[in-house]
Parts: sequence; C-alpha cells; structure tokens
Amino acid sequence: MTAASASGNVIRKYLPVYFVLLAIFLVEVFLAFQKLPIVALVVTLLALAVCSAGLGLMYFMHLATERRSLFLTLIPATIFVLLMMNVIWSDSLRLLHMRPFQH
Amino acid sequence: MSESEVAVHRQVAMPGSAAGHGSGDFMEGSPYAIPSRKLTMWLFIISDAVTFGAFLFSYGYLRVATPDWTRPFESASVINVVIMTFVLITSSLTMLGAVDASKSGDKAKAMRFLYSTMVLGLLFAGLHIREWFQLFGKGITISSGLFGQTFFTITGLHLLHVISGVVALLVVATKYSRGSLTPSYVETTGLYWHFVDLVWMFVVPLVYLTNIAR
Repeated sequence: MTAASASGNVIRKYLPVYFVLLAIFLVEVFLAFQKLPIVALVVTLLALAVCSAGLGLMYFMHLATERRSLFLTLIPATIFVLLMMNVIWSDSLRLLHMRPFQH
Repeated sequence: MSESEVAVHRQVAMPGSAAGHGSGDFMEGSPYAIPSRKLTMWLFIISDAVTFGAFLFSYGYLRVATPDWTRPFESASVINVVIMTFVLITSSLTMLGAVDASKSGDKAKAMRFLYSTMVLGLLFAGLHIREWFQLFGKGITISSGLFGQTFFTITGLHLLHVISGVVALLVVATKYSRGSLTPSYVETTGLYWHFVDLVWMFVVPLVYLTNIAR
C-alpha cells in the first residue's frame, strides 16, 4: 500500500465516528427545542456530550488503541486533578444557602 | 568512540528528533514506554480539562439555580452554532488525515490536511466572533449580569484555545515542512486539537442549547 492511499484510508476509517458525532449533536439541538424542564435538559445534554467526548477520546485521540501503560499513567493523574477539584465543592455547598440570582 | 557507538548515543539521546534540535529531545526516553512528548500533552489535556470542568460546573450550577436566566439565542444563532460545530468536528477529521499522512511519510498530503485544519479553525473563530458581536448588538456583554459573565468567560477561554491551536499548527506545519520536526510533533498537536473539539461538545449544549429564546 502506498503512503498516499494509506492516509486516504484513515478518513474513510473514521467517517462513521464523524457522522455519529454529528448525529448526536443534531439530537442535542432537537432536544433543546423541546419544552423539557431545565434540570432534565441539562442532564440529558450532558449525557449525550459525555458519549460524544468518549467517542472522540477513543477514536480521534486513539485512546482505544494506545498502550495500556498510557492508561495506567493517566488514571492516577486524572484522579489527582479530580481530587484537586474538591477545593471548589465547599464553596458550592455554601452557595446552596445563598441562592444566586441574576442582576 | 567508534562511529557506530556515536550513532547509538545519538539515537538514545534524540530518538524523536529529525535534526536533533531542542533540549526536549533529551527527555524522549520514558520509563512507561510512552514518548514523553505525548505523555506531557496528555497530562496537559487532563489539567486543562479540569479547568474547563470547573468553569462548566460553576456555569451549570448557576444556570439551574437561576429561574430568570437570560435566553438570548434565536434560530439564527442556533444555525450559526450548528455550522460552527460542523466546522470544528470536520477540522478534527482533517487533523486525523494530517497525523496519518505525516506518519506515512506523505509530507505534501500532511501539509494539505494541516492547512485545511488551520483554515477550518480560523473559520470557526470568525463565526464565533460574529456570534459575539450579535450579542453585543443585543446589549449583552461580559459586564451585563451572570449570563454575560459566564458566557463570555467560557466561550472566550475556548476561543483562546482554538486560536492557540491554529498558531501551534502553523508553527508545527512550517517546521515540519522544513524537516526540522518529526511526525510525532504533528501527532501531539493533533491531540491538542481534538481536545479543543471535545471541549466544544460540552460548551455547546450547556452554554448555547439551554439558552434558546422561547
């Protein structure tokens, strides 16, 4: 196989993922025009966004075919930065009693 | 030292570099058998994801907790966002082509894909700025309440990432075309570009689609 044909194949290989990402986005737009309660809308849109991000991570960023050692290295790093986010939780709980409002 | 020993030393010190420039090349060896450049980019992506996560979490909380939230986006804005998303996802596809072509050694094709990605990135930025000006026209700015503050902060941070990505792509493409950078640089920049795309997949539903005018 020549170099040129190999690089052409990769576009065809990832086209299904590309179309699925576009389809998920269009579903999100459709849902946005439905009269859903805001919490249900946010949760549903977030769930679809997580699906899109998962596809992007696995296929566009090749995490599905990466070495296991990369996973093993990234997992502790991810846990660490998520723990660091705990810094903001206390403020969030405080805000529950200080309901924000729009100026 | 014989000539072959010198070659081995050079290989160990600079395995990822075509021309052997830059101190970063000496960090290429990794105890995890992952190229240091790629690992570093992944660690950056994780930390940057948390930055966006914190912003989006704060936004989500404020959005849900505020009953009279501003909903400025009409059909024209939604169509604009659909086009922006289409452009950004397509740019990820062209970036995949660039990475693959560079790995295959097809430099001309890699350059075409890289330039396509840059053009799509600039198009995205242009559409984004146009959207901002439409909001300015409606009197919504960064200092006009919670919506303006959160919207312009989050989308501004994302736009900054897109513009930085285009600049990074330009630098990498220029140096790669001259032969001073290896395909691994294109791959690492590609990881960053895909990350910017992934962040947009969270920004759109939270910041745009929950704020459609009714």
